[in-house]
Amino acid sequence: MATMTMRDALNQALREELARDPDVFLMGEEVAEYQGAYKVTRGLLEEFGPKRVIDTPITELGFAGLGVGAAMAGLRPIVEFMTFNFSLLATDQIINSAAKMLYMSGGQFKIPIVFRGPGGSAYQVSSQHSQALESWYAYFPGLKVVMPSTPADAKGLLKSAIRDDDPVIFIEQERMYGMKGEVPEDEDFTIPLGVAEVKREGTDATIIARSLMVPAALKAAEELEKDGISCEVIDPRTIRPLDIEAIVESVKKTNRVVIAEESHPFCGVAAEISAEINERAFDYLDAPVKRVSGADVPMPYAKNLEQLAIPSFEQIVAAVREVSYL
Amino acid sequence: MSSQTTEQRERGATATGSISAVIDEAPPKSEKTSKATSRQPDAGLEEDRDTLVRLFHQMLLIRRFEEKCAESYSLGKIGGFCHLYIGQEAVGVGAISALRDDDYVITSYREHGQAIAKGISPEAVMAELYGKSGGCSHGKGGSMHLFDKRVNFLGGHAIVGGQIPLATGVAFASKYKETDQVTLCFFGEAAVNQGAFHESLNMAQLWKLPCVYVCENNMYGMGTSLERAMSLQNVAEKACAYEVESEFVDGMDVLAMRAATQRAVKRAREKSAPTLIEARTYRYMGHSMSDPGKYRTRAEIEKYQQRDPIKLFSITLKENSILNDKGISDLEAQVKEQVEQAVRFAEESPEPEPGELYTNVYANP
Repeated sequence: MATMTMRDALNQALREELARDPDVFLMGEEVAEYQGAYKVTRGLLEEFGPKRVIDTPITELGFAGLGVGAAMAGLRPIVEFMTFNFSLLATDQIINSAAKMLYMSGGQFKIPIVFRGPGGSAYQVSSQHSQALESWYAYFPGLKVVMPSTPADAKGLLKSAIRDDDPVIFIEQERMYGMKGEVPEDEDFTIPLGVAEVKREGTDATIIARSLMVPAALKAAEELEKDGISCEVIDPRTIRPLDIEAIVESVKKTNRVVIAEESHPFCGVAAEISAEINERAFDYLDAPVKRVSGADVPMPYAKNLEQLAIPSFEQIVAAVREVSYL
Repeated sequence: MSSQTTEQRERGATATGSISAVIDEAPPKSEKTSKATSRQPDAGLEEDRDTLVRLFHQMLLIRRFEEKCAESYSLGKIGGFCHLYIGQEAVGVGAISALRDDDYVITSYREHGQAIAKGISPEAVMAELYGKSGGCSHGKGGSMHLFDKRVNFLGGHAIVGGQIPLATGVAFASKYKETDQVTLCFFGEAAVNQGAFHESLNMAQLWKLPCVYVCENNMYGMGTSLERAMSLQNVAEKACAYEVESEFVDGMDVLAMRAATQRAVKRAREKSAPTLIEARTYRYMGHSMSDPGKYRTRAEIEKYQQRDPIKLFSITLKENSILNDKGISDLEAQVKEQVEQAVRFAEESPEPEPGELYTNVYANP
């Protein structure tokens, strides 16, 4: 184990997988000579050369499609979006090409590609640079969607995503790149996609959180512990495929659920999880499922307004009290 | 380059002689008409007899196959959208004939003919259109999504221009893996107005990718004519914006199409450089089977039919004593049987098992 930032854990995963498989290459805006807009790709150009670490023009639709085509012909591209906000320009290739190719070719063309980069809120970068887009991508059969919440998860999940034969949307949280944690250094360390992790065990209420909301949920759980409320915090880690069984197990134990997410509430992932819980574990619920979501507005610039738009641990605490009728 | 484009364009017009009268002018402005005329003798038939007959056979097969598709569609045997290639056969057949078997083809939704030319059997194509398990995409793709990995046919793609970045990526992979395979990418002229075209040509030249881009300019994007949709209507000229080599070709002349593609393939294989070919052609049918084509006149269609690619080539073959009338009628009979066999196969092929609904969503479920 070594202590490192999420940024360095991701860098280590990229380095190990580039070294492991010559068919893996990395492309995106500023990934090579600039060393990455967020320095996730630092040092990779020097180590692997310009054939495998490729700076692209600002041409998201083009290089996303190029990546999918390269995957059709047997390569394993890692395509970095400088931020997932820019992936909106590439959605035709991600959705119409990557997600559907295996199916519409009757199983002939798999697309082993990773689209990765930061998503969610950042620091006062306003409406067009602060979006949580996971529910968009999770909507489509054919795509997998991964959102790590710790450096170790980031490394283990990214390695699995690169080795996976399907297109994976890998969303890193921009505010979490500097977050530190223990990371296994074993080159064979991977975390399987589709497996949730209980980040904290508890008995009175379940908080389901992903990405930036995991630290907030853990802080809320600590706060509630002071009042004798024992919270279980579950991180699905993979939005699709979703480990609904692990969630249902926890619900059966605690009978109360709060789902915390950065994204907008309408048609969001929390709405989907809530529906699944209603279908699978309604009889175990002692209170309606409660969502804590980002404000249903474009992200404002002003610091105070931005803070109001992002769910806080206090809101999670209040939600747990509400489902506990306290 | 731009100077090259002009030169090539002139050369193309010269090489095809009088038959380029219609093709070289954008309709419906052109008042000129022209009768079917063979290639000029000095254009030369350098190809061996087998090659010439094979090209003719393929074009004829595609024509009759597509006519059968129209019939089957009317009978409700084929569903969804169905875009026919009638009138454009020389483009696909000529271009694909310039490839090696292990080269790649990737294209749009008007791809039945190109799929057959690349080596997918008419049976497997027809069964796909019928939505049967014996189809080349096992009934999951349909008319617009024909695939066959065994012959490196990488699909019909149904978002206009979507296949152009994909083709660029396939060519990227060939260069990365240091194979000398070439990727041939077809698209209509309407796709040229999409950003995907421009983004792809930029990357292809920036990274010197072995891709041949063939724009099939049939002069209509669905019901909108070229002149109502494109500010610069000479597609080949657009390549100069990316310093990509380009060539204008009479898309009704299968041998001109083959020769131009051979030059582009050589450039791709030997120099790892892309080329844009603009093939002027014309589709006789509507955009799809649901299009009655009221945006153009019967007279305009007939004008182009006078330069029908199959008719032109048959005259050339007869004039050069490659095929006589009997040879042609024998081929007609052979093609008729091939198409009937394709329909029989499609009719008899079972529907996909209901369980197939949930397969192939993920490679690693």
